[in-house]
Amino acid sequence: MSEPDGAGAGVDTAPVETNVPDDVEVDSDAGDSPIEEEVKEVPPGLPLRVQNLRKRFGGITAVDGASFEVEEGSLTGLIGPNGAGKSTTFNCITGLHEPDGGTVLFEGEDITGLNPYDVATGGLVRTFQIARELEEMTVLENLMLAPQGQKGETLTTAVTPGLRGRVKTDEEAIREEVWRTLELFEIDHLAEEHAGNLSGGQRKLLEMARAIMTDPTVLLLDEPFAGVNPTLEEKLLDRIHTLSDRGYTFLLVEHDMDLIMEHCEHIIVMHQGDVLAEGTAADIRGNEQVVDAYLGEDI
Amino acid sequence: MGVTDNTTGRIRGYAARPAVVLLAFALGYLLVDLAAKLAGISVDPLGVHVLGGYVRVSSVVKYLFNGLILGLIIGLAGVGLSMTYSILSFANFAHGDYLTVGAFSGWAASYVVALFTLGLAEPFGEIFLLNVPSVVSIATSPAAVVVGLIVAATASVALVLLLDRLVYKPMRGRGGIPLLIASIGVALALRYTIVFVWSTNTRGVTAVGVESLPAYTLYVVDGSYSINLHEFTMIVAAVALMIGVHVLLQFTKLGKAMRAMADNKALAQVTGIPTERVIRATWIIGGGLAGMAGFLIILKRGVLSYNFGWRLLLFIFSGVILGGIGSVYGAIGGGIIIGIASRMALIWIPSGFARVAAFSVMILVLLFRPAGLFGGVTTA
Amino acid sequence: MSVGGRLWQAVPPVIREHDTRLIVAILVVVSITYMLLGGLQAYLASESNLLNAMVNSMRFILLTAIAYALLTLALNLHWGYTGLFNIGIAGFMAVGAYATYILAAPPGGRPAPGLGLPVPVAILGGMVAAAIVGGIVALPALQLDADYFAIVTVGFSEIVRLSIQDSTFSGTVQDPNLDTYNVVNLFGAEFGTGGGRGIQAPIGPPTDVLFEGTTAVGQPLIDLGASYGIGQPVVTGMTYVVFLGILVLPAYYVVSQRLGNSPFGRVLKAIREDETVAQSLGKDTRWFKIKVFMLGAAMMGLAGILWRGRAGYINPQSFRPLITFYVFTALIIGGAGSNTGSVIGAIAFTSLLLNGPRRVAGVIDSAAGGLPSPSNFYVALSSLDPAMYAGYLVSEISALKFIFVGIVIVWLMQNRPEGMLGHRKEIASSIDLSERPETESGGGVAATDGGVSDE
Repeated sequence: MSEPDGAGAGVDTAPVETNVPDDVEVDSDAGDSPIEEEVKEVPPGLPLRVQNLRKRFGGITAVDGASFEVEEGSLTGLIGPNGAGKSTTFNCITGLHEPDGGTVLFEGEDITGLNPYDVATGGLVRTFQIARELEEMTVLENLMLAPQGQKGETLTTAVTPGLRGRVKTDEEAIREEVWRTLELFEIDHLAEEHAGNLSGGQRKLLEMARAIMTDPTVLLLDEPFAGVNPTLEEKLLDRIHTLSDRGYTFLLVEHDMDLIMEHCEHIIVMHQGDVLAEGTAADIRGNEQVVDAYLGEDI
Repeated sequence: MGVTDNTTGRIRGYAARPAVVLLAFALGYLLVDLAAKLAGISVDPLGVHVLGGYVRVSSVVKYLFNGLILGLIIGLAGVGLSMTYSILSFANFAHGDYLTVGAFSGWAASYVVALFTLGLAEPFGEIFLLNVPSVVSIATSPAAVVVGLIVAATASVALVLLLDRLVYKPMRGRGGIPLLIASIGVALALRYTIVFVWSTNTRGVTAVGVESLPAYTLYVVDGSYSINLHEFTMIVAAVALMIGVHVLLQFTKLGKAMRAMADNKALAQVTGIPTERVIRATWIIGGGLAGMAGFLIILKRGVLSYNFGWRLLLFIFSGVILGGIGSVYGAIGGGIIIGIASRMALIWIPSGFARVAAFSVMILVLLFRPAGLFGGVTTA
Repeated sequence: MSVGGRLWQAVPPVIREHDTRLIVAILVVVSITYMLLGGLQAYLASESNLLNAMVNSMRFILLTAIAYALLTLALNLHWGYTGLFNIGIAGFMAVGAYATYILAAPPGGRPAPGLGLPVPVAILGGMVAAAIVGGIVALPALQLDADYFAIVTVGFSEIVRLSIQDSTFSGTVQDPNLDTYNVVNLFGAEFGTGGGRGIQAPIGPPTDVLFEGTTAVGQPLIDLGASYGIGQPVVTGMTYVVFLGILVLPAYYVVSQRLGNSPFGRVLKAIREDETVAQSLGKDTRWFKIKVFMLGAAMMGLAGILWRGRAGYINPQSFRPLITFYVFTALIIGGAGSNTGSVIGAIAFTSLLLNGPRRVAGVIDSAAGGLPSPSNFYVALSSLDPAMYAGYLVSEISALKFIFVGIVIVWLMQNRPEGMLGHRKEIASSIDLSERPETESGGGVAATDGGVSDE
């Protein structure tokens, strides 16, 4: 489409890194749940706020006025029965779908309806329910792709002979980071494999590693454990906790209630496109509405 | 569409709107201009030509009629393209050459029949290779035309079924682009197989002259427009075939299944990969219609060349896209609109650019209404 | 494929594992083969000047192969790397060449007037024009699926073709008093496309400079050729081919390689694989697509100028839509996504499919001392005479060639969609990624894999 490409993008994304504390005082209930963190120096804020989000497909209302917040540095879980609108909510937040109403605020900025790349550039990065690795690219290439604003990403620097050196230096630095990340996720032995040759669980690891390489502040994980064997699931959870301890904020959509209950500090329950309940695992367990919504599913 | 209360400052959704407004404005201007031209009014304030001028009513009628005739053929040929596009998920670039195959096989059969019914003296080889100019007329040899049409349909059906078995079936589910490329290969092979047999010569096949080809003259306000028996036959046949398709799709079980799969991709996905039976039926109907469309357009045009189908292909695509891919009625409607638009455009632009106008419309529709003019709203 | 596999294994590793050497080796083989074929045909036809025919045969195949290699490399940027399915190649070639010719044609020239600019400026202008048009055509690619985009590019190509062959802008009637006056006047600059009559401009192979007057380089070359009976046109033509082969083709190749092996190329690859993922990682894929499309279009435009526009005259027939499908076939043979594959595919296509059948038919025809030439298919078929069949096949070799190309396309898509050379590992990075930084786990420098294993 003949949009003024990139023009609107820069405006929204440029100040993101510095404005974290902007909305700290806005929300009084920010400090509800204590978060154990050592790396963070800024007081906990609310990097992601979703207000009254609505999305319809034809005659079906997928998301119907959902509102919730994600605390900085938290491990927040988003659960709900099938068709509760979790994935649509995710897609609306990350720009894959254009919401019909409501706002999404990321670090104080209105990012509603921004394009996916603008959302990601700001530091809000997602993974996909069905891992979307870049099959014909190697694991190394997958990770090398992720860092933002690489020097060699413009046509001129890529081709012009004199500028090639700068690109190489830049890439060497990224390569180091890539190998460190591969080691963290213990997939360094697969580095030169084509991503298409990995197993389902390995793809999930790759996807998360790739997301981390973009240097995000908030990570949205869409069913990160779906189709993953128990050993790898353990590994993934372990990495999530490690990264959470380092100060990354996580919002994860999950089907498996027990996992969420066990690992998330804050839980949001969606039902029929709206938020049904919020709170700690104990709060959710005691909530009658949630029990009703799940119709006897064991919570 | 503008039913949502879009409170967000998103450009994506809005970009289409000014374009639609602009298009509506342009169309409105053209209509007013046409009215002024027909009335012979020219509006030139301060010496700048704004609109109007002069055009004969009879010319407009002629353009309209020619456009309709072309449009019927495009629509007829488009039915198959639209259905295969939707059901098998690929743009079949060989579809235009199905018309060519239908035309050559049909006209060769027509000539052979005429050889006997008209008692021609030429040797069989020359007749079969269509090297004798201007033989067949529906007035003098109706059987030749009827047999030709039947052979055109049969031959193209046989051909598409064979092609499906050899080319497309082994590639089911391989994605749109590999199939599209394969269809380009098929198109080349078909076209030059025809060249191998019939050469690249362009030849006249229908009889000319008033005795063998009667024409009816319609008198309009400031002139006349004549339509000959072949054009009339073509219109009748095309409309009959369209009604046939309609009956088939509406009242048979197979037709309903095909329509459901073609119309609604989601449904097709839910019900799984379309069955081979539906695919075969799609090829038979689409291929048969394409072959007959190829035969019929030559009946109207009178001249036959090895690449006419390829040249029509983009027109057919335009019609299908305009009508919305997967919609049978859309393909017919879109084809008629493209046909009429490309002829009516001659009122404003030089003849060399009529096709340019048609293709531009196609590109604009793809950009702003990818679901087609009659289609609903698509989500991503 | 075992025969092909064994043949491939028979190639010495020194050549096989080194892309440029491989390309050069294939070019040498093709050159020699065509020299022999050309010589054989001339010999059988009892021509006196064998060497001239041999060199000319080689010149022709090399020119065609290099021209297609340039186009295939450009298409590889669009389709191979980025997945932009462009089947409007002939259109971009025409835009580049026509813009150049219009800029360079003399004012008041025939058949159509131009702006009379210096040729280098005109060529630059032609490339810019192709790039700009490419940028516009790329806009639909921002939101359309690959197959819809394919239809858009075909439509574009047809629009270009119809526009240049129409008389409305042809400039062939330069008398303003006539009704049919058709010179385009853009802010005082008068020009035309020439319509069906084509357009002329003082454009020729840059290497012709060498042969003007009695220069130090040109004259000895002509003398050398003459001493072996090789005519001057063949000598100058061959010089131009050498220029294309040692300057232009390497330039295209290097640009493509650098682009591919860079972070930019990595994003292109990601767009091809899954654009949503690229976007979710913060890549503004729109600009990447537009930029690469503009670059590829400019490269197609330049190839159009250097190849079809090398002789000072072009017309709409110089840019037949079939060229587009030829280039596609070449890229499919070589394997989309690989630059080396692009070049090899172009050489294979031109030497085996495009010119091979005609050459071989020519040799057969000469060898058989004039086969019978049946006047048409029916005569040949009903004769029940093998000689007549052979004669008809030879005389219809150009049609057979197209049928064969079509079958090859289908066969490749069914059996070898990744190309005849198989999957080629070309890692999108300017550095060796497998080089592992020193860590406590003691990885050190990992052994790099040399691509195809050599048992």
